[in-house]
Amino acid sequence: MDNKRLFTTKFFNVTTVFALFLLFISVNVKATVMQDTLEKAETDTAKAAAHGEKELDISDVILHHIADSHEWHFWGEGAHKVAIPLPVILITKGGVATFLASKHEADEEGKEIFTEKGTELINYEGKYYYPGPKNADGTYFTLDENKIPVNDKPLDMSITKNVLALFISVALLLIIFGTVAKGYRKRVGKAPKGLQAVLEPFIVFVRDDIARPQLGHKYKKFLPYLLTLFFFVWINNLLGLIPIFPGGANLTGNIAVTLMLALGTFILTTVNANTSYWKHVFNTPGVPWWLKLPIPLMPVVEFIGVLARPIALMIRLFANITAGHILILALLSLIVILKAVTVSLFSIPFVIFISLIELLVGFLQAFIFTILSALFIGLAVQDDHH
Amino acid sequence: MVVLSINPLVNPDPGLFIWSAIAFIILLIVLRKMAWAPITEALAERENFIEDSLSKAEAAKQEMASLISENDALLKQTRAERDQILAEARKVKEQMIIDAKEIAQKEGARMIELARVEINNQKAIAMADVKNQVATLSLQIAEKVLRKQFEDQQKQDELVSQLLKEVKL
Repeated sequence: MDNKRLFTTKFFNVTTVFALFLLFISVNVKATVMQDTLEKAETDTAKAAAHGEKELDISDVILHHIADSHEWHFWGEGAHKVAIPLPVILITKGGVATFLASKHEADEEGKEIFTEKGTELINYEGKYYYPGPKNADGTYFTLDENKIPVNDKPLDMSITKNVLALFISVALLLIIFGTVAKGYRKRVGKAPKGLQAVLEPFIVFVRDDIARPQLGHKYKKFLPYLLTLFFFVWINNLLGLIPIFPGGANLTGNIAVTLMLALGTFILTTVNANTSYWKHVFNTPGVPWWLKLPIPLMPVVEFIGVLARPIALMIRLFANITAGHILILALLSLIVILKAVTVSLFSIPFVIFISLIELLVGFLQAFIFTILSALFIGLAVQDDHH
Repeated sequence: MVVLSINPLVNPDPGLFIWSAIAFIILLIVLRKMAWAPITEALAERENFIEDSLSKAEAAKQEMASLISENDALLKQTRAERDQILAEARKVKEQMIIDAKEIAQKEGARMIELARVEINNQKAIAMADVKNQVATLSLQIAEKVLRKQFEDQQKQDELVSQLLKEVKL
């Protein structure tokens, strides 16, 4: 693999050290915190179940915050809840069922069956399933070993919190770059101004430091994709850091979204790959023949590599953003866990510090996702050097 | 999906996946047409313009320099030509002076020669005149002398006899 171009870029040399340093720190911290949180969640629920108490489960709260939801929650619980209920769209056996989430949110324990479009449904922890046989405790579902219902469920095409956040970010991007494009049309050949001046360096950055070094003279074909990718990831990373309404959804920290983005890069790579790329995968030049025949060791390794790249892309963005959110929430939750307001003296500065780091990580992850996408596409379309 | 269902966090939700795919594709298509195309075009145009202007400025600078050096060369050439012309003029002047002198000398010499010849001629004429005059006068004197001498017969005889004596046969 020819990774040389990545490291010969002037920009990359300067940033690499810094980026790797930050990545190292943040990933280390986040990984441990995330693991702790998840472990704690299990032990806490176990404890709570054992003691029969109704203690506030911080892990649940955190996971609930970063997970998708059928409502946009502001504050309060139960009767004092302030939230925007979002439309639910279920493609059920009986047809497309649409209703507001608030209509069937009284029971989230799967104990009540309701009917929409002639189809019986239950609500378990904000997700909709087809009811199974009634259990002794009045529920209509059975859990597997991971505490997830095994019941069949309709295809949930709801406008959830994340979907709404997605639409908002798309609308924002369209408005922002519509304005920027208008600026270019209005001031032909003149110096940029306003929003145009703010974003031009980033557009040029994507073009000159991401697309051109990785893709060479073929960069023009992929530049729209890379630009869209970069700004989509970046704006959603930033929106995710805003705690109130238009932001706060953990979109780029949702595996479905990162899967979609990684799949986009994978499809572009595969569709545009030239013969030299496939030759490298299935018949790597410069490798002893006994690594290919009779056991195709190298081809298998290379093929795993082809699949691992988009998977790594997917996991990296998801883990970094989710971990950042968990970290901030965990630090804030310390106040509640330790039941002492004085903890905020320690928590709040740390939250601010981590938020600032997250601002950087938001940009960095957008950059990394985009440059790796460009690198993978570049590997697939580059001219044969052998 | 058993592996992925360990935690709901790593369980991709098909609804969100489909929505995000649709949204992203629409975003890509719209932005490509509405924003990226005009922006990248404008950027490239402006960069070309700047590059063009820079190269033009460079060319103008070079042209200026060449013009200056050309001017210098022209000036030098003109100066050299002027010097040459002046030198030539000086030479011509000197030659003319020399020539004039020569001609004047020659003419003078010729005129002197002519004058000399004329003088000689005049002298000769005058001499001849004087000779004639002298001869006439001498004859007249001689006549008178002779007349006086030969007034007396005796003297005539004496002379004849003397002459006769002188003549030796």
